[in-house]
Amino acid sequence: MNSIIFSAGARLLVALLLVFSLFMLLRGHNLPGGGFIGGLIGAVGFIVYSLACGPAEAKSALRISPEVLGMVGLGIALLAGLASLPFGDPLFTGQWYWVGGDSYETAAFSINSVLVFDIGVYLVVLGGILSLAFAFEEET
Amino acid sequence: MSWLLVFPIAVPFVTAVLAYLVRMSFWGRWVSLAGSVVTLIAAIALTVAVLREGVVAAQMSNWDAPFGITLVADYLGVVMVLITAITGLATAIYALGEIEVRLEKLGYHALFQTLIAGVSGAFLTGDLFNLYVWFEVMLIASFGLLVLGGSRAQLDAGLKYVALNLVSTLVFLSGIGLLYGLTGTLNMADLAGAVAEVENQGLVTVIAMMFMFGFGVKAAIFPLFFWLPASYHTPSFAVSAVFAGLLTKVGVYALMRMFTLVFVGDVGFTHEILIWVSAATMLTGVLGAAAQTDFRKILSFHIISQIGYMTLGLALYTPLALMGGVFYLVHHIIVKANLFLVSGVANKLAGHTDLNRIGGLYKSSPVLAALFIVPAFSLAGFPPLSGFWAKYLIVKAAIEIDAWFIAFIALLVGLLTIFSMTKIWGMAFWKPHPDGIDPTPDRVPTRIRLPMMIPIVGLAAMTVVIGFFPEPFVVFAEIAALQLLDPEAYVTTVLGERP
Repeated sequence: MNSIIFSAGARLLVALLLVFSLFMLLRGHNLPGGGFIGGLIGAVGFIVYSLACGPAEAKSALRISPEVLGMVGLGIALLAGLASLPFGDPLFTGQWYWVGGDSYETAAFSINSVLVFDIGVYLVVLGGILSLAFAFEEET
Repeated sequence: MSWLLVFPIAVPFVTAVLAYLVRMSFWGRWVSLAGSVVTLIAAIALTVAVLREGVVAAQMSNWDAPFGITLVADYLGVVMVLITAITGLATAIYALGEIEVRLEKLGYHALFQTLIAGVSGAFLTGDLFNLYVWFEVMLIASFGLLVLGGSRAQLDAGLKYVALNLVSTLVFLSGIGLLYGLTGTLNMADLAGAVAEVENQGLVTVIAMMFMFGFGVKAAIFPLFFWLPASYHTPSFAVSAVFAGLLTKVGVYALMRMFTLVFVGDVGFTHEILIWVSAATMLTGVLGAAAQTDFRKILSFHIISQIGYMTLGLALYTPLALMGGVFYLVHHIIVKANLFLVSGVANKLAGHTDLNRIGGLYKSSPVLAALFIVPAFSLAGFPPLSGFWAKYLIVKAAIEIDAWFIAFIALLVGLLTIFSMTKIWGMAFWKPHPDGIDPTPDRVPTRIRLPMMIPIVGLAAMTVVIGFFPEPFVVFAEIAALQLLDPEAYVTTVLGERP
């Protein structure tokens, strides 16, 4: 696509979309959002970029091939599930470590396996959608 | 305890991730092999636990049933997981010899392990929606394996396979939705009680038929089997062995589970349909095979006819019949996977799978011929191989309730199976090669031949062992059948003791 307006606008849009996708990812769990929707928005960002500058450019911006990204995401999600093994809980039981307190009300923030799982999902969705999208764009 | 149920699913998944990341180097195949060994160990550990306790259940994420995802293994579930792991290991070894580097780089091992994870998941889950998810995992992985390599025949087969399987999954999903609307639960153990309390039992029967259709496509019963002979002869032999051994059996397993645990309100109607469907499945499968001349196509049609015996075991719905069905399920996976593996070696030696274009295999490789005889005659039900006991139990169950016609069909199909097997025997092994080639084993280097022969020998040995010492296996199948017919233990293990 050779529209100068589109390619100039795309730069802004892509940056916004990527930041928004991270926002959605972190907003999850307690509010609408999460890994899946975040990954979709992130994928949209890269698709807009590849429409503006070509799939080759978008691929090099992604740095890692989308298939590997998806598989790494699957691995991270699995690890988050397996994280409950040493604590003696069943698979995928959320593990929470509260910083500066001992519950949701008192703690400043928490480190937990749920977010790690969401990050894994984010990468799986991003990688999966992008590998499809890039394959389609190269076809035409 | 709960982790025993997780490992047969989690290990193949982890293996898939690792195998994908190292797919460009030769490590991929060894990672896959190691993963299969660990999966088998996990499956054995689970089997030991089930043998000790009867039924084992665990709630994922610590959410109690019926709200969370339940994994549960009873005798039927665990034997399926065990046999899945065995087949997985056998084909992983076989793949060392058969799968080309080109396919490995496309991610063959990752897809293969994902498929195994999906199959194990389907056998272990105690939640209907979760079962649907595992069906999807299996469908995606198997589609990938089916078209991997991208030849024209493979894409053609893949399209038919995916189109029909998607239809079945959609009907299955609609059934799940309706069932949930009717009862408000999808936990299978919970459903067992909830469905009986539904006022409108007619609606339950309608949903039951939707499930029968959905699972029926997966299991390839009459008249929903078209996708199977259209696709199973195209992918690599290791892949078609796994498909032939495991995929349709997941459909049969799901039928057995749902139509003994949940849909038992109107047995006279649903199971009566299944009886005649089974008979038609047996007959069409075996007659279809008679018309084929391709090694793998004959075997594909025989899968269909054998599926009929298993669903017949369910449909007759007596303890003996179900016991025969379970026994048949296990015996068939071993035998059918092995026959596809043999066809792969025959293809390597003689250069083709079309029976008109090969021959002389008996002269060049008597060992292979002997290894073909074992599963082939077991399939046809020759004593004393495993298939004899399987057929004996089913036919005896049919005669016991005076279903003479069904018993007659079952015996007739066995006879016709021998016809097909002798056709393969005559054309591939006895007649001279039409091109005058002597397909000596030396044409295939040992590096390739050895890993392809080891699993065939192993599986054939299992067939013989089951044939000569059926006692423990029959006892196992009997307990599995009794558990299916009286799901009390299953329900209480999943839901906990009710006050």
